[in-house]
Amino acid sequence: VSGTLLGGVYALTALGLTVIFGVMKIINFAQGSFVMLGMYLAYWLFVLTGLDPYLAIGVAVPLFFVLGALVQRGLIQRVMAAPAESQLLLTLALSLVIENAALAVWKPDFRTVRVPYASATLELGDVFVSAPRLVAFGVAIALMAVLLLILQYTDLGRAIRAASQEPEGARLVGIRIERVYMAAFGIGTACAAVAGAAVTPFFHVDPTAGDVFAIIGFVVVVLGGLGSVPGALVGGVVVGVAEALGAVLIPGSFKELLIYGVFLAVLLLRPSGLFGVQAR
Amino acid sequence: VKLDTDSERSASVPAGAQRSEPAFAPRRLPWAWATRAVVLVGLVLLPLVANDYVLNVCVLVCLYAFLGCAWNLLAGYAGPFSFGHAAFFGLGAYTSTVLYLAFGLSPWLGMLAGAVVGAAAGLLIGFLCFRSRLAGPFFALGTLAFAEMLRVAVINTDALGGARGRLIQPLGTSVALFQFESRAPYYFIGLLLVALGLLISTRIDRSRMGYYLRAIRENEAAANAAGVDVLRYKLAAMGISSLLTAIGGTFYAQYYLYIDPSLVFGSQMSVDILLRPIAGGAGTVFGPVVGSLVLTPLGEITRGFLQTIPGLHVMVFGLIVVLIVLFMPEGLMGWLLQRARTRPGLAGLLRELGVA
Repeated sequence: VSGTLLGGVYALTALGLTVIFGVMKIINFAQGSFVMLGMYLAYWLFVLTGLDPYLAIGVAVPLFFVLGALVQRGLIQRVMAAPAESQLLLTLALSLVIENAALAVWKPDFRTVRVPYASATLELGDVFVSAPRLVAFGVAIALMAVLLLILQYTDLGRAIRAASQEPEGARLVGIRIERVYMAAFGIGTACAAVAGAAVTPFFHVDPTAGDVFAIIGFVVVVLGGLGSVPGALVGGVVVGVAEALGAVLIPGSFKELLIYGVFLAVLLLRPSGLFGVQAR
Repeated sequence: VKLDTDSERSASVPAGAQRSEPAFAPRRLPWAWATRAVVLVGLVLLPLVANDYVLNVCVLVCLYAFLGCAWNLLAGYAGPFSFGHAAFFGLGAYTSTVLYLAFGLSPWLGMLAGAVVGAAAGLLIGFLCFRSRLAGPFFALGTLAFAEMLRVAVINTDALGGARGRLIQPLGTSVALFQFESRAPYYFIGLLLVALGLLISTRIDRSRMGYYLRAIRENEAAANAAGVDVLRYKLAAMGISSLLTAIGGTFYAQYYLYIDPSLVFGSQMSVDILLRPIAGGAGTVFGPVVGSLVLTPLGEITRGFLQTIPGLHVMVFGLIVVLIVLFMPEGLMGWLLQRARTRPGLAGLLRELGVA
């Protein structure tokens, strides 16, 4: 059960990656950095104003949407026509900048948000469930539902789907594709920040804390199929369970081997993922 | 125009294609050998004038230029963007070190053994990935996962020192043991490695294989249709690339006399390996060297100046990379060649050096 709940958080990180990849075919290596920034936002809001980390999500979404849109407009848009390596390198360098700026400003200390319910558990039938993890999982589900609704029923969603399938065609029918890219990157960044804020009650905060989520996020995304939103959720749960099972069955950090093993197996045997649209 | 990754690749100007068509009118080069001789003598005499710090930077420039050449042979020429070259680097470092510590085998022989292990791993990983038609970001993630698996595996293997890594006892200068008290011998070995990397790159660049690789990079299906054995040539590039990278790993181990899994197998190392050739110009012979000549000293200088605040120097380094990506899309080599078009003096100098 705890594996499933952890999977929700992984799914959250992966969600942002998958939206960005689905629309722009860019692998965003800075995703982990945005997760980390979301954690710090929740942390500082809690320390300075006493705002609950879950309420911080409300602040994080608009803030990081704008941040992501600006990053897209100012940096990524300039290399959209360049080879894929340039885009990879740019997001990579961006993550170096963000992470080390955080290191310079906030020092490498581990910080934790002390909320009264940090170790609260709920009893569901005969299993005990950590309340914060359950909430994080709920947040992931809610966010995914909202995202699917946006993609399915709003003009913005239709524009995003159109742009991801046929950018030139979308441009021809009058969709301002740069705006769509900004929105998609904004959504992706906001997802990362929400994931970061949602895990602060049960996870330590430090400048490299996002990396774990980013790497697992990639695993999840590939597992679920790049560009597939429901795939991100299922992939997240699978990885979460695999990690939890691995922790029980295999000693030490060998469980990481299991994650990468599953990842490689999926990548090599079914590169489009479990839910993937044929990307190539 | 952006449809998908494949058509986008073929639409962009291939950096390597600039070599085959003369970018500027050929001219007589009476001073070419003189210029090259001056550069060569300068490089050889450098340890006489350089202090310890400068020489250290020079060793690192050589190491990363060599690693860049190795990475470039695969990613720059054939196309598969490896994000896990740390796997081969670490295998080279660990093979020679473990053989030395366990059996007293000279690291020179260990370097050869490491090269074999690295190449074997490269061929295996390449075979698995290429057979599944992993390309672009998928290949990048796959190689990253292989490197991470090796890192985790070594951390959990006590016989290899686990997370603590492996220390080689310094025994003073010993040619047989690949240990030197001064930095100069490392520098010369580094120069030889760069020469080796450039030699192999030049050979491949001008050979049939180079054309095949570029054809595969630009359009794999078309290359296949034209009769190129795609899998064979991609594997050849992967094998040579991983072999050279493993040699670099042994050099690193003998230079620092200390390795640990996170250093040599970590994703940071993969990034360090690929940054320079991309910044310099992927798919060109001299791109990795130019990239290392610029980025490595920049990295060391910012480290020196900004080390009081942790993280700041990497941040500045990252900013520089962002600027290079934004303003020099063809890398430093592309930028230099662009400049050379309007500046005959620069063009001549580049030609005399054999760079263009």
